[in-house]
Amino acid sequence: MRTWKACLAAAAVSFIAATGAQAQEKQLTLCWAAWDPANALAELGKDFTAESGIKMNYEFVPWTNFADRFINELNSGGKLCDLLIGDSQWIGGSATYGHYIKLNDFFDKEGISMDDFAPATVYAYSTWPKGSENYWALPAMGDALGWIYRKDWFARPDLRQEFKAKYGHDLEVPKNWNELKHIGEFFQGRDIDGKKVYGMGIYTERGSEGITMGVTAALYAWGFQYEDPNNPYHMEGFVNSAAAVEALEFYKSLYECCVPPGHSDAYMVANLDAYKSGQVAMQMNWFAFMPGIAKDEDVGGGKSGFFVNPAQKIAASTLGGQGISVVSYSDKKDMALEYIKWFAQDKVQKKWWALGGYSASKAVLDDPNFPNTAPFAADFLKAMDGVKDFWQEPTYAELLQSMQKRIHDYVVADKGTAKQALDKIIVDWTEVFEDDGKL
Amino acid sequence: MTDRTAASIADRAAAATPAGLTRRVRGLSDRAIAWLFIAPTIVLLLAINIFPLIWTVYLSFTNYRANRPGRVIDWVGTRNYERLLGSEDVWEYMQATAHFVSWTMIIQVILGLGLALLINKNFKGAGFWTTIILIPMMLSPAVVGTFWTYLYQPQTGIFSYIINAFVEVGPIDMIGSPGLAPWSIIIVDTWMWTPYIMLLSLAGLRSIPDYLYEAAEIDRANTWQKFWHITLPRVMPFLMLAVLFRGIENFKMFDMVVELTSGGPGSITELASINLKREAFEKWRTGYASAFAVILFVTVFGLGNIYVKALNRVKQ
Repeated sequence: MRTWKACLAAAAVSFIAATGAQAQEKQLTLCWAAWDPANALAELGKDFTAESGIKMNYEFVPWTNFADRFINELNSGGKLCDLLIGDSQWIGGSATYGHYIKLNDFFDKEGISMDDFAPATVYAYSTWPKGSENYWALPAMGDALGWIYRKDWFARPDLRQEFKAKYGHDLEVPKNWNELKHIGEFFQGRDIDGKKVYGMGIYTERGSEGITMGVTAALYAWGFQYEDPNNPYHMEGFVNSAAAVEALEFYKSLYECCVPPGHSDAYMVANLDAYKSGQVAMQMNWFAFMPGIAKDEDVGGGKSGFFVNPAQKIAASTLGGQGISVVSYSDKKDMALEYIKWFAQDKVQKKWWALGGYSASKAVLDDPNFPNTAPFAADFLKAMDGVKDFWQEPTYAELLQSMQKRIHDYVVADKGTAKQALDKIIVDWTEVFEDDGKL
Repeated sequence: MTDRTAASIADRAAAATPAGLTRRVRGLSDRAIAWLFIAPTIVLLLAINIFPLIWTVYLSFTNYRANRPGRVIDWVGTRNYERLLGSEDVWEYMQATAHFVSWTMIIQVILGLGLALLINKNFKGAGFWTTIILIPMMLSPAVVGTFWTYLYQPQTGIFSYIINAFVEVGPIDMIGSPGLAPWSIIIVDTWMWTPYIMLLSLAGLRSIPDYLYEAAEIDRANTWQKFWHITLPRVMPFLMLAVLFRGIENFKMFDMVVELTSGGPGSITELASINLKREAFEKWRTGYASAFAVILFVTVFGLGNIYVKALNRVKQ
């Protein structure tokens, strides 16, 4: 009898251990940045868990450490992330060094077509080499750099009158960068409701990618090109073209005329803080933050308006956003692919947008009612029509760090001229491409 | 402890040693036993200090990148060193480092010695004030860097507020202004580490025998003469030791400055160690970064050696 009891107990323990281990294994870890859309994705993920029984864990890291943390994770072959929503610029390195698995066969097998996603997002987030049909990610989060402004301040009759008298055009959403600067100058140091306010919050951050993302918003609007389209990696006359010099000088003039004191190392959060605290009339920031602004108790509810990056010589915006990839070092690649299959569905993409994520699916974006679904939706469509991204080369981190240094030296530290800064960028980038065997 | 007690402990220890071990050790010479004892430390030192150093020197002559494990490592000779020594930017980082190290040392020695002289007066509450002064030194540099960014905030920070209470100059952008940023890190380092210099100076002051001052009194020496001929020479070895420790630390300064300025504006406060980290772990130019690390090591080692010789001369 005692033996039977012992056997039963052992069987029970084994069963519990086995099911426990199984439950332990039926989970995935998704890595991304810690920001508003990540919370929306976590909410969305509950549906996946309900349907598949796979528990979702999330590793969200603040933007300032995002690249450092996850690129190190990939380089070390870490197994922390099964799924990674990595920055668009990482695609070259991650594909080349085998950090992501190639998704073509999986897409073919599951009937997932890249034609169902906005072409700009497929090109930017999924493909490497660029323009090829090698897919390493599913477009997950469309994003671009846009602008947010105090609609309630712009609507004040006294301010509108004064502005018109001073600049000869209405205090409205700017049609170009000159008008943007007028608005910045107009609000700089102005007293509104007993509080001193400033023109705008622009990106000036030094450490990661901030000032590059900000300054490219101006460069792209001036028609900037990274290289000769007919002669890859040939940059002389393109990176340091007269238009590029003018754009860079203009960005510096915005920094000098129109930002709050101490705005010398500001990226997304610093701009949000300056704007939400009623300190600035406008801020540049990613569309991803716009749902949060629209709902904000201080500046939301009609107090804020949104506009696409102003055109200058051409209409263009800095690309943000990311694709979702399966990490090749994961032990749970099948489950991770299951998640991607689920995420690619039209109904899931629609819910993703409704929760505050920016879907790149045509099922969402091509819906005739889409522009009316949010006050920034129409501008998002406009922005995604003209997005341009930084280099996506495997050496992107070196290219980015060089640009960060040269631009910050010129714009914030007031060192040298715009032409010298751009010339130095060419020297740095040439060295990087030479070392990489591209030149 | 008496000799008898010591002998008794030794006997008991000998009795407790297993017989097998006694036999094995008995066959070894004193020298061999000594080697046996120091061998683990030597192995550890070789593994975690000497080997990485040699490996770094080797990598400095290659184009190795730690983020590309499969890539063939090419021997590039002295190319990394030529690039480093010929780079205008690298000299700027070295200048920024030299500016930071020199000014922090000068200011901290003056303030630290001054504070030590004050505390040495043994006034009422001297113990309490010593504890208060020592607090900054006990904080983490990263925490210090972070909260000083708030203190330096031009609109809401207390630093700007205090300056404006004396001179109305409007919001002061210590971190963002190219002219002020180098001083912003010097001020914070001084706030944090002056107590350390004070502590060592105080130890020096307390070691000076009173009879020297009494003799000086008899010789009718004034306060300045007593300071110049007795206090300063006696405290000097302690001060020089403090400067050596702090100088080496500040040459490697990273965390506090990264939190405070991220090396900006531009590269004005980008100290050598910050750039080294960028090259090694952001750009992943491991070979190049290794060459930079070797240059920094040789610089610190060389300067340290010269300094130690000077210190020994002062002691004599």
